[in-house]
Amino acid sequence: MTVAATPAPSPATTGGQSGVRLARSRRNAELSLLLLAMVLVAAYGATVEANLLDTVTPDFWMPAAALGAVFLGLHLVIRFLAPFADPALLPAVALLNGLGVGFLRRIDLGEAPVADRETLAVFAGIGGRQLAWTLAAVILAAGLLAIMRDHRSVSRYAYTLGLAGIVLVMLPAVLPSSISEINGAKLWIRVGGFSIQPGEFAKLALLVFFAYYLVRKREVLSLASRRFLGIDFPRGRDLGPVVGVWLISLLVLVFEKDLGTSLLYFGMFVVTLYIATERVSWLLIGLVLFFGGAYLAYVLGSTVGGPFANFYVRAEIWLDPFADPTDKGYQLVQGLLALGTGGLFGTGPGGGQPDILPEVQNDFIFAGIGEEIGLFGLSALLVVYLLIVERGLRAALAVRDSFGKLLAGGLAFTLGLQVFVIAGGISKLIPLTGQTTPFLSAGGSSLMANWLLIGVLLRVSDGARRPVTGGAGKASRPAGGPPEQLHGAPTEVIKP
Amino acid sequence: MPELVITVARFGFLILLWIFVFTVVGVIRRDLFAGARSGRLVAAPRAVGASTGQAAKPAKVKRGRAAHQLVVTAGQLAGTRITLGEAQIAIGRAEDSTLVITDDYASARHARLVPRDGQWFVEDLGSTNGTYLDRAKVTGPTPVPLGVPIRIGRTSLELRP
Repeated sequence: MTVAATPAPSPATTGGQSGVRLARSRRNAELSLLLLAMVLVAAYGATVEANLLDTVTPDFWMPAAALGAVFLGLHLVIRFLAPFADPALLPAVALLNGLGVGFLRRIDLGEAPVADRETLAVFAGIGGRQLAWTLAAVILAAGLLAIMRDHRSVSRYAYTLGLAGIVLVMLPAVLPSSISEINGAKLWIRVGGFSIQPGEFAKLALLVFFAYYLVRKREVLSLASRRFLGIDFPRGRDLGPVVGVWLISLLVLVFEKDLGTSLLYFGMFVVTLYIATERVSWLLIGLVLFFGGAYLAYVLGSTVGGPFANFYVRAEIWLDPFADPTDKGYQLVQGLLALGTGGLFGTGPGGGQPDILPEVQNDFIFAGIGEEIGLFGLSALLVVYLLIVERGLRAALAVRDSFGKLLAGGLAFTLGLQVFVIAGGISKLIPLTGQTTPFLSAGGSSLMANWLLIGVLLRVSDGARRPVTGGAGKASRPAGGPPEQLHGAPTEVIKP
Repeated sequence: MPELVITVARFGFLILLWIFVFTVVGVIRRDLFAGARSGRLVAAPRAVGASTGQAAKPAKVKRGRAAHQLVVTAGQLAGTRITLGEAQIAIGRAEDSTLVITDDYASARHARLVPRDGQWFVEDLGSTNGTYLDRAKVTGPTPVPLGVPIRIGRTSLELRP
């Protein structure tokens, strides 16, 4: 008995050679992809300097090398703690994170006086700060992998995390505006020089709770239903929690004045519900509730004003940004002009003028990058996001327990939805809302929360691809031993 | 810096970006499509005592008939596949089961599948609602033929070649 059982999607054509080919962890593929990503980041840095400084300084490679060292550390952690994790996740995220740091350094360079540009310290400005945040975020993700050896263990803290999530969501809303309000949206907690965005972490905590709750309730939600107009609608009493989350997300919309965040929470819940029950009716109910709520907020904003006014203004800007292009619509108009200037191939890294875009380091980083790398490059970045989401969904499909499926599927979808909300806002597809672009935007909270999300996805994908025997080391047992006793053998434990 | 170098760098970066994208796609190509999995089967459990050196051959001979995959055909985990090897498969609601089924009619440790002499046996572990092989209730270790459903609560499992 020498053959390893493996759910790992690796080819095993001969089928007989135990362990080696069957349970391929593909860590070397991950390493080489990671190196390629870092080469890209270095190339980006060099092009920026060639455009902005008219020369390439001898230490242009230093940010890329520093990032490379950080990610290499995480790669080693994965090698030891999650050897069967998905090989595409880390390099794809590393590329986005690296380009984000590179672009922020490009903004630093662009804002510095021309004479000082060449001597600008490599680790200065927001680019340098983002590098430090990356280090912190990657350490957090590595810590998560170290603590959480099996994704199923989180389900024990589901209710605690759910409560923590709601507290984190509500905290900025109840705090006075002087502490929590930046640019009209009450999403922050400012303590001293730091500002944290608790909502970023709340989405992780809430998702664990959603996944746990729905695993418990999926039966009743998917089976007890009434058929109406060809669609299965759930019973009224089962709608309770959904309506509850809908109300919370509307409250977020009203009190934190942020459509994006509320769309994110609500979409997250509806989609986990859909994954759990496989009922299209949930998606329809969700969409109707959300659009109804948003329209109501818009109408209330135009008539009553008060807490709804902010949303009304944003919707008006979205409907016609050119009505007031120098004041209210300025940001969106400049973003659209930047994307237009970029055209198909962009002005080249360092060749654009992202500095005139308000909030280019946060919300509008996509427009700023888009101006310089054009549609061609921007769509490559979007495909990278798509691949990350796809890997998450793939892990959800492959993992062997319902909680893991819901957790990974929900997290992957949330990431995709966040990219949609911000990219859609910038390109005037939906009303613009202040969402960070995952991994690109400047800011520690967003970076840390999203790296934690990737940590969870890595852990789930490790669990999904790990051989059933519980590790490559135990794959081959001595041959010719006594046949396994059918009676009395314990149920196999596949925890590492 | 000459214009040419900047132009080359500008387009070179874009091309490199897409090369990265396609390399990632190349790495994950094999499992991009859920259905195209037939090429990655793992050998079936073989006769105990087959020597390690000839590992590949006996497996090949048996391939036509041996079970290589456990597929969930009905229930919440429908579509889940487990590639079979030498390890036994524990099924139940307990979180440490190989296949964790969240089914109100399943017990914590409901049943298990055990390989023996190239044949898989299903064994009920004293579950409340029982395990059924097709329509017959499983009482002792019972050999499982290919394609015959094992029913546990609302979940249905099959061995596939």
